[in-house]
Amino acid sequence: MLKVTVDQDRCCGSGQCVLAVAEVFDQRDEDGIVVLLEQRPAPALHDRVREAATICPAAAITLEEAAA
Amino acid sequence: MTTIETGPGTPSAPGGAHASAAAAAEAPLYPMSRTAGCPFDPPRPLARLQEQAPLVRVRLFDDTTPWLVTRYDDQRKLLGDPRVSAVPTAPGYPRQAEFGPQRYQTLSFISMDDPEHGRQRRMVTAPFAIKRIEAMRPGVQKLVDGLVDDLLAGPNPVDLVEAFALPVPSLVICQLLGVPYADHDFFQANSRVVIRREVAAEERETARGRIAEYLDGLVGEKLARPQDDLLSQLAERVKAGELTRREAVQMAVLLLIAGHETTANMIALGTLALLRHPEQLAALRAMSEPQEVAGAVEEMLRYLTIVHTGRRRAVLEDIEIGGQVVRAGEGLVLANDIGNRDPEAFADPDRLDLTRNARHHVAFGFGVHQCLGQPLARMELQVVYSTLYRRVPGLRLAVDVEQIPFKNDGFVYGVYELPVTW
Repeated sequence: MLKVTVDQDRCCGSGQCVLAVAEVFDQRDEDGIVVLLEQRPAPALHDRVREAATICPAAAITLEEAAA
Repeated sequence: MTTIETGPGTPSAPGGAHASAAAAAEAPLYPMSRTAGCPFDPPRPLARLQEQAPLVRVRLFDDTTPWLVTRYDDQRKLLGDPRVSAVPTAPGYPRQAEFGPQRYQTLSFISMDDPEHGRQRRMVTAPFAIKRIEAMRPGVQKLVDGLVDDLLAGPNPVDLVEAFALPVPSLVICQLLGVPYADHDFFQANSRVVIRREVAAEERETARGRIAEYLDGLVGEKLARPQDDLLSQLAERVKAGELTRREAVQMAVLLLIAGHETTANMIALGTLALLRHPEQLAALRAMSEPQEVAGAVEEMLRYLTIVHTGRRRAVLEDIEIGGQVVRAGEGLVLANDIGNRDPEAFADPDRLDLTRNARHHVAFGFGVHQCLGQPLARMELQVVYSTLYRRVPGLRLAVDVEQIPFKNDGFVYGVYELPVTW
């Protein structure tokens, strides 16, 4: 089970997470800041969610590998 | 440990000015020149520094000796660390070149730290959000198609930089900002001066001043008659008291210059790199899925890393990194070009391989200052790379590669001209 949290204060709106996995991340219309769509994404998306967390330049995505 | 001859009777002071003079004399000069015959690779001596150590003292034009951060992981850590500053007046900040007194007031948010950096950057992030950029894609495709039509109907051979590589991003950023493209000769001529390294401080200030004056006039027009563009949105912020007019103009200067020079270089230099790697060009032409082309663009960004004189930061508090402590008041030069060739981060890093996953590259930098315009740059390059070479299948150089003038003297690497034929 993968739990995702985002920190909108840290986010710099690079959009990298949306490119990596648009099913899980979006951006606010007014300023491009991250919006979390899925706190517990389906397992098929986990690899791309991990990539999103790795490439986020502002370290605004935190992942928690929780037991199911 | 190396010592220098000080001559008889000259006491060797521990630390202090004497030691730093010795360090300055020994440290390799940075930036370095590219190795002859290898126009797409970082200079060989620079690559060797990465093999030697994660942190190496280098000497800049002004004899200061900041740390060169050679490795991918450390570069990401430090660029993402709030204990480093992007403010050029911070003690130890490694200067790119001699700048006039105006310089530090005119870099907008890229020369600020949070929270003010974030406050100003967030005012201009919305137009670069992924969905907004995707909505622009059909228009950019049409524009690129039109420019290729013109290219094929025009003189042959032709300079691809003037005929295609510059007009694409320039037309797009002008439209986004609300700058009349008819004025492009004026601001391109001036921005070319601004981003050259070997230009006298005064000449650079004058060129930047001309662009600022021009954009100030435009902001004035948008204040009076707002339109659906980014300059009008900035004018609104000025009206609302969130930005001074001066800050709005500085931001506009940054976006205008950053918005066309970099992408233009990726188009022209990228084309040259592909022509020199025909098997990769063939692979790119054969790609049918947008995701494949997107991946190819990431690899081109990694391989070429055109911002090639290092991102610069000053250390605000002591930081332990790479088995060393960098001290408050010291400077950091983060060489993303060799970071993107770090074998720890990319297998067989000197090979251009458009099918590899290169998405984690640092060509746009890292940390909160990572390039704001990257979604736009990516989309433009995806459109260009998937259109130009298919529609001009016979594209080739019209001169020997030795005759191509490279931008070795620029903050951003590329080619000044690319004579092509088909």
